Amino acid sequence: MATKSFSVAKLPGFTATAVIVFVTLYLPILTLVAYSFNASQSVAIWGGFSWDWYVKAWNNDAVKDATVRSLLIAVCAALISTAVATMAALGTTRRKAFKGQTFIYVMINQPLMVPEIVTAVSLLILFGMIKQATGIQGIGYVIFAHAAFCIPFAYLPIRARLEGMDMTLETAAADLYASPWQTFRHVTLPILLPGVIAGAMLAFVISLDDVVITEFVKSGGQDTLPTYMLGQMRRQLTPEINAISSMLLALTIVLLTAFFLLTRKND
Amino acid sequence: MSAAEKAQAAQSTRNGWLLSTPALVILTLFAVGPLMIVVVYSFLAPGQYGNIEWAFSLDGWRGILWTKDIFDDTYGLADANVTIFWRSIKLSVLTTLLTFAVGFPTAWFIATRPAKSRALWLFLITIPFWTNLLIRTYAINEVIRNEGLLNTVLIKLGLISEPLRIIYTDTAVFIGMAYVYLPLMVLPLFAAIDRFDMRLLEAAYDLYASRWQVLRRVILPIVKPGIIAGSILVFVPSLGAYVTPRVLGGGKQMMIGNFIDLQFGQGRNWPLGAALSLTLLIIVTVALLIYVKYANRDTAHGH
Repeated sequence: MATKSFSVAKLPGFTATAVIVFVTLYLPILTLVAYSFNASQSVAIWGGFSWDWYVKAWNNDAVKDATVRSLLIAVCAALISTAVATMAALGTTRRKAFKGQTFIYVMINQPLMVPEIVTAVSLLILFGMIKQATGIQGIGYVIFAHAAFCIPFAYLPIRARLEGMDMTLETAAADLYASPWQTFRHVTLPILLPGVIAGAMLAFVISLDDVVITEFVKSGGQDTLPTYMLGQMRRQLTPEINAISSMLLALTIVLLTAFFLLTRKND
Repeated sequence: MSAAEKAQAAQSTRNGWLLSTPALVILTLFAVGPLMIVVVYSFLAPGQYGNIEWAFSLDGWRGILWTKDIFDDTYGLADANVTIFWRSIKLSVLTTLLTFAVGFPTAWFIATRPAKSRALWLFLITIPFWTNLLIRTYAINEVIRNEGLLNTVLIKLGLISEPLRIIYTDTAVFIGMAYVYLPLMVLPLFAAIDRFDMRLLEAAYDLYASRWQVLRRVILPIVKPGIIAGSILVFVPSLGAYVTPRVLGGGKQMMIGNFIDLQFGQGRNWPLGAALSLTLLIIVTVALLIYVKYANRDTAHGH
């Protein structure tokens, strides 16, 4: 990189703009976190440091229910989407390009291309029909809706991992009389595992963050943490929302840091 | 190819399909299939208490832009709908332009950092990207509210005496969307600039190009695929935005997403909601097709 001279690459005003962008990007988030420790009832006036809003959020049954539900949905959706995405990634790599492969790609990436509101509305109609016809209620609808839109997020890191994989290892295992299952279990899977975990984590975060589709698909009393917060935003706001947001933010950052360490170490 | 090789290839293809089947089943049931129902619904008549009546009708599609006069049954342009469409397109275009204007220098800044700190700067862009959209919308709400951070600081500084009334206006939605979608612009721009050969700049300067000429004639044409990718990634979710206009627009400054929601709620016009959803989907698909066309043409140039 000796040729990368900084005086050449420097453009007037670019650094200043970038600094302003980073400050603007983080200032609102940091303000939100800071006010979660506000002792005052108002979200506007600083009244000293306090943990009260965290305690309050922790003791709020609606928040507790929504948190448990969010985690349950995210875990189930991540498990389902990662399982099917791993299989699909194995099916669409490590072999000669076959007819219909493009179709499979388009199908898998479909949730990335359709606006969320459109998917939300279509699922509202479909689930309404099923509920009316069968009378079956429950959280399963939300879980499957999440599992579907999480598939591309789980698929991409797994496929990236498979594409960088040395295929001769599998051939070598087969040459040494390993059965296809043994080859998969002892050769492919261990190499693939970081990609699978990374995919599962992305799927988990995506599910945990979803507002729009959940808002349309959920029945009464099935609030997740984001839809609960959306509902609260219509009312008078207290720093309790800041406390909940901060906790969700912390969880996201922990997962992301783990994701980066996981995908980076094996580059 | 021998018969054995042919059989092996067929076997391999069959395995490819078999392994992809579970994912395809879930996507068909919960992503692609439901869209077909939306198509059917857009051609039906609205039910009195929501949902639909099983009778063919084009009113859903007609209702996108036209409204029936209650007195003489003639159709006229629905002003409210036009306003919503115009606002959606206007705000999405403005959001794309603003995120590009500030996102390009930011991406350039990150790409020209030394290799070691570059990963950290990139990570700093990625954190907001993965942070819950609702939380980010709420965070910007905290800043631009009447009693929010911005107004408090400006009043304390004595620059204004009355708070700026930004919240629940188009400006609020615009600021909010630019804030939440900015990482989507920076990331593809960074990817394009990162591949840019900085020696080209030396060559240009050696040939007495001015800074403006270098930017205009050397940098921008080469990073164009990144610009197009970033613009699509910002424009598409902006056009379909639901959460940001709902929270920052206060239910009045509706965009297409909220207008669709309204048809399934108080509006009780599911066929119109279905037709609006499909209109949104068509616009987005056209935008994506343009992107694919440009992206392919650019790679074709590279070879």
